[in-house]
Amino acid sequence: MTATATRPAGSSAPTPEPAPPAKRPRRNLTGYWLLLPGALWLAVFFVVPFYSLLATSLYDPGGSVLEGYDMSWAFGNYVTAIQEYWRPLVRSLWYGAVATAICLVLGYVLAYAIAFKAGRWKNLMLILVIAPFFTSFLVRTLSWKLLLRDDGFVVDTLQFLHVLGADGRLLATPVAVIAGLVYNFLPFMVLPLYASIDKIDPRLVEAAGDLYARPFVGFFKVTWPLSLPGVVSGTLLTFIPAVGDYINAQLLGSPGQRMIGNVIQNLFTDAGDYPVAGALSVMLMLLILVLVLVYVRRAGTEELL
Amino acid sequence: MSQVVEAPTAGAGDDRGTGGRTGGGLHLRSLTKEFASFTAVKSLDLDIPSGSFFALLGPSGCGKTTTLRMVAGLETPTSGTITLGERDITWEKPYRRPVNTVFQNYALFPHLDIFENVAFGLRRRKRSDVKPAVEQMLALVELESQARKKPAQLSGGQQQRVALARALINNPEVLLLDEPLGALDLKLRRSMQIEIKRIQTEVGLTFVHVTHDQEEAMTMADTVAVMNAGVIEQMGAPAELYENPRTTFVANFLGQSNLIEGTVAGREGDVVKVDMQGTVVSVPSARAHLETTAGHRAWVGIRPEKVLIAEVGEVIDAPGNSIPGGVISDVSFVGVSTQYLVRMPWGQELQVFEQNTGRRRLFRTGESVDVSWRPDYAFLLDHEQDASAGTDRSDLPS
Repeated sequence: MTATATRPAGSSAPTPEPAPPAKRPRRNLTGYWLLLPGALWLAVFFVVPFYSLLATSLYDPGGSVLEGYDMSWAFGNYVTAIQEYWRPLVRSLWYGAVATAICLVLGYVLAYAIAFKAGRWKNLMLILVIAPFFTSFLVRTLSWKLLLRDDGFVVDTLQFLHVLGADGRLLATPVAVIAGLVYNFLPFMVLPLYASIDKIDPRLVEAAGDLYARPFVGFFKVTWPLSLPGVVSGTLLTFIPAVGDYINAQLLGSPGQRMIGNVIQNLFTDAGDYPVAGALSVMLMLLILVLVLVYVRRAGTEELL
Repeated sequence: MSQVVEAPTAGAGDDRGTGGRTGGGLHLRSLTKEFASFTAVKSLDLDIPSGSFFALLGPSGCGKTTTLRMVAGLETPTSGTITLGERDITWEKPYRRPVNTVFQNYALFPHLDIFENVAFGLRRRKRSDVKPAVEQMLALVELESQARKKPAQLSGGQQQRVALARALINNPEVLLLDEPLGALDLKLRRSMQIEIKRIQTEVGLTFVHVTHDQEEAMTMADTVAVMNAGVIEQMGAPAELYENPRTTFVANFLGQSNLIEGTVAGREGDVVKVDMQGTVVSVPSARAHLETTAGHRAWVGIRPEKVLIAEVGEVIDAPGNSIPGGVISDVSFVGVSTQYLVRMPWGQELQVFEQNTGRRRLFRTGESVDVSWRPDYAFLLDHEQDASAGTDRSDLPS
């Protein structure tokens, strides 16, 4: 310590060189420039449309597409929307939640197998997970319609096994819609789960076993908590689009399985009721936002947001 | 410190049968592990007495870690048995074995704080009094103040001690340490060696320590087994292994050795006479690890610090084995000692370490010297063995 303490004193014996006048540190603007393109894009294609949506939801419901609408701060649109359409809204949340839960179970097992057990097949299996994206969402859902059709082999088999009655069917049932949702959004669950599980050091699992944890206990004490970031992002990536989805209900369901996406689409394109459609859209957004915030807070993974 | 002697037992109790610990030590019998393309461990027999500090020393890939993992239950033996006292644990699941491991790179649970990491084993076995036991254990490794931190917030040395505490608190019959100090820098490694040795003495458990660092093995362990290519080359107390190696691998892997080619001339009592490049030297027959019939080719081995050098013609205190005609070819001054390379008349360069006692001047490159050593220090190895076995230390951290 003494050496370091005396050194500055010793070196200061000759007049210390005056430090060159420090340049005013220029603020580094690079970060802001990098933000600019994305921010502009969002401003033009998100903020402006969102403003217009919000405004539409408050238009005078007396107007029409042809005659135009007046801005009348008609908060009553929201009341109408809830009174008329609470059923499809609740149904959407319910279908979305069930589909997400099924995706989580199927996806976790799959991601775990790919990360820990696939060995040299890992990359092939990952490609197979994203392979469905090579075909359009719409085309794939249409093929599910063929798959589940009344005299198709799935229905025939289920009827043979007496899971379905003689005149039972799958199309136009919640089962078909949820199955479609699960199928379409499973990759969004698997990929974040895989990324999380793959990062877990297998020696931690060994250490848990070495410390008297049976495989089952070791999973819930070590693997599961360490994969939580993947669970949270996977469920969000599945739940959010699943709730707003309308293709699956449209193609695989009937009016009895109408989800909120179908209602909004119908109000916009067929009924031409812009204000209520806008009100429903805004409500759906806020509802999902609140649910996500509560969920992330409960899961203790705020750092994801 | 005396009260912490009981730390690991407090609260840990003992649920391994009414008899408590078996006290019979760890026994491996013809233990073999074959992987798809090679045999990692070949018919290993090993007896590790209860309460000892045992080191498995060898270069990377020699099978020492595989052996350890089989004892921990993380690897299934191809054949052979592992017994702990009277109990055969060969096929026991890892979570049922009274064995705990300090993993290489520690494998601390990153999502749990230090307290919960240490408490993990006790909680799995539904122990009561977890808190006092963990606190005592953290006191033993001097980490009481860090209990609520996450592993990532700790330094390497502290993480190492958490890993030790997490295993020790379970009061295992055998504690396995897999290269526990490999990730630490040299200074920290030295102090942790002393620390772990102290803890072992205090808790009195059986420690099995796997390492490739010969100095670490010799400093810490009571018994060292030198392992090479899946088999144990030699086993014994560190000084015994160092002073009387049985194979060229041990002679080179544990410290350094000069191995000089020679031919057995015959036996005289309990001394073997060897014609070593024209000079007859003697080696005690207890240190001759080959058949000592005349005409047999051999390696005469001598440790560099046992070799004395002197001015030509000077009388050296080493009756018997004196060889003239050396020329100093290199001098490295290391501080505590000077390391010379001496070129001998037959072309070989011998290593000589001389303590810097100040009683003698330093030799310079090119000077002629006589070389000698006391016959008691020499050893004789089979010429069939490769004289360079165990010299490749490139895999070791400097």
